[in-house]
Amino acid sequence: MTGKSIIEKLISDHTREEVSPGNIVWLDIDVRSARDFGGANVVKNLQKHYPNENQVADPEKTFFTFDCVVPANNIGYAENQQIARVFARENLSREHLFDVDAGIGSHVMIEKGIAIPGSTVIGTDSHLNILGCIGAFGQGMGDQDIAFAFKTGKTWFEVPESMTITLNGKPASNSSAKDITLGVLEQIGSKGALGKSIEFSGNTVENLDLAGRITLASMVTEMGGIIGLIVPNDPIIEYCKQRSGKDFPIHTADKDANYVEHLEFDFENLEPRIALPPSPENVKPVAEVTGTKVDSVVIASCTNGRYEDFAIVAKMLKGKKVHQDCMMKIVPSTKEVYGQLLNNGLISIFYEAGAIISNPGCGGCASGQIGMTGEGEVQISTGNRNFAGKQGKGDNYLASPATATASALKGEICVPEF
Amino acid sequence: MAKQTILKGRVIVIKDKNGQAIDDIDTDMIFHNRHLHITEINEMGQFAFGNLEGWTDFSKRVKSSDILVVGKNFGAGSSRQQAVDCFSALGIIAIIGESFGAIYKRNAINSGLPLMIADSIMSDDLEIDDQIEVNLETGEIVNSSKNKPLKPGSPLSKVQLDIYQAGSMFEYGKTL
Ligand code: SF4
Repeated sequence: MTGKSIIEKLISDHTREEVSPGNIVWLDIDVRSARDFGGANVVKNLQKHYPNENQVADPEKTFFTFDCVVPANNIGYAENQQIARVFARENLSREHLFDVDAGIGSHVMIEKGIAIPGSTVIGTDSHLNILGCIGAFGQGMGDQDIAFAFKTGKTWFEVPESMTITLNGKPASNSSAKDITLGVLEQIGSKGALGKSIEFSGNTVENLDLAGRITLASMVTEMGGIIGLIVPNDPIIEYCKQRSGKDFPIHTADKDANYVEHLEFDFENLEPRIALPPSPENVKPVAEVTGTKVDSVVIASCTNGRYEDFAIVAKMLKGKKVHQDCMMKIVPSTKEVYGQLLNNGLISIFYEAGAIISNPGCGGCASGQIGMTGEGEVQISTGNRNFAGKQGKGDNYLASPATATASALKGEICVPEF
Repeated sequence: MAKQTILKGRVIVIKDKNGQAIDDIDTDMIFHNRHLHITEINEMGQFAFGNLEGWTDFSKRVKSSDILVVGKNFGAGSSRQQAVDCFSALGIIAIIGESFGAIYKRNAINSGLPLMIADSIMSDDLEIDDQIEVNLETGEIVNSSKNKPLKPGSPLSKVQLDIYQAGSMFEYGKTL
């Protein structure tokens, strides 16, 4: 018998069936959630299929997180949020409804200690696999699947194959977690991890803090992967313990675990990267595309919306002004991050520099909450997707907070210097 | 009463006019997006394969209790449930294929339609109109018309059988 990979151990902890790649097993779900996108349909499915009976197996494990379009800017979203809100008030305790003020669900679940290492979390957010950043199993699913999980506490899942990606080396001083992430996409492309669970390791990964791990895990969806798992180090374990008040197992892979692929990349002196429209895999060194005029810059999203990201931005903006032909938009990922920006004086730096500061949430990513681009306009976003039309008709580039900020100051794409 | 786990039926093998397997049949070929507004399952059958060359008259060629046999990556593409339900509406009792799109597989399992993977079924000794017998629990497939066992497929998982017995994922949820 061969050993188990991390995902296989995680799944084994939550099923009574045999776990090996390709097997479909019933999986016990620790955290069942729905966001505003899809949430109303979860409620409708429950009401249609389970009328007049208890629709929530365990209210203690069930959550709503509104983040896509917050507060709602169209009637459709307003009504859908209302449906979910009313259901939550009737079926869950008040603190299990993270309403339009709370921020991005996956981040909120980490901050509140709802998602912990080793736990299983599902929801209607296709980037919920971001929870691999703390060694948890997160997965986005359709509204029928989530309704079923609300009702029964379980879902079924096909055990994926595992692969490893080892990153070593110290990236250049003006590169950050986003450049590492784009560097991986540059190497493996949008199908490089298709249907697989990635285990990230190597000293480049080990040196990432929580915000950096969030960034890396958040773009595994763009690599085609099921999830990207990072074994928590001591600071992450400490953070999650303190936030959750719970103990949890830390899974590492067995030596003789079965992998379909081992990839290794040397990121020593990795220079800043940028993804050109219209695909996240379209990655080039920033140095090769400098000079393009930039109309809009967005620092936001589940990929780069942490305090650590904004701290870099504030350091670069302090005492300076954003280029007069460029708008700069700032969206913290959660209410907690927003509070940190406020209390530590970052918001006034952004204000003085001429940036627009929005309330926490998915911001520009989901439905152009903080504005869209017109045809021919160029936007640099710190998000994870740059598909045509997603944030307006303009061309959308993906880069790190530092590259985005340097470009906002200069009004054209440029390499951050520090 | 428990449902049968040994299914018998006539097969419809989806090949092109040269007798070759058609791989990568996507959900738009199965159930075109111009019909997506249809939510009543009984109305879906007539549009099955409505956009697949050579098979647009599928709904007239198929009988209740037929078994569909397909090639690789069947049901790639969008997440539309209709691409599964249109076959159930016509009385198809199982789909055997060399491989399936991930979301298609999820949707089929959730709706309780038995879906079996048999990785070389298209090159095995099987022709349209043959009668076959499929054992969902063991994966055995027999061409009854030729009295010949075929290379077995993968047995259905416990999850698939649980949902199949209950009728759908939501019905299964009521039994818990
Ligand atoms: S920021 Fe974008 S990718 Fe991230 S959770 Fe929100 S909508 Fe999804």
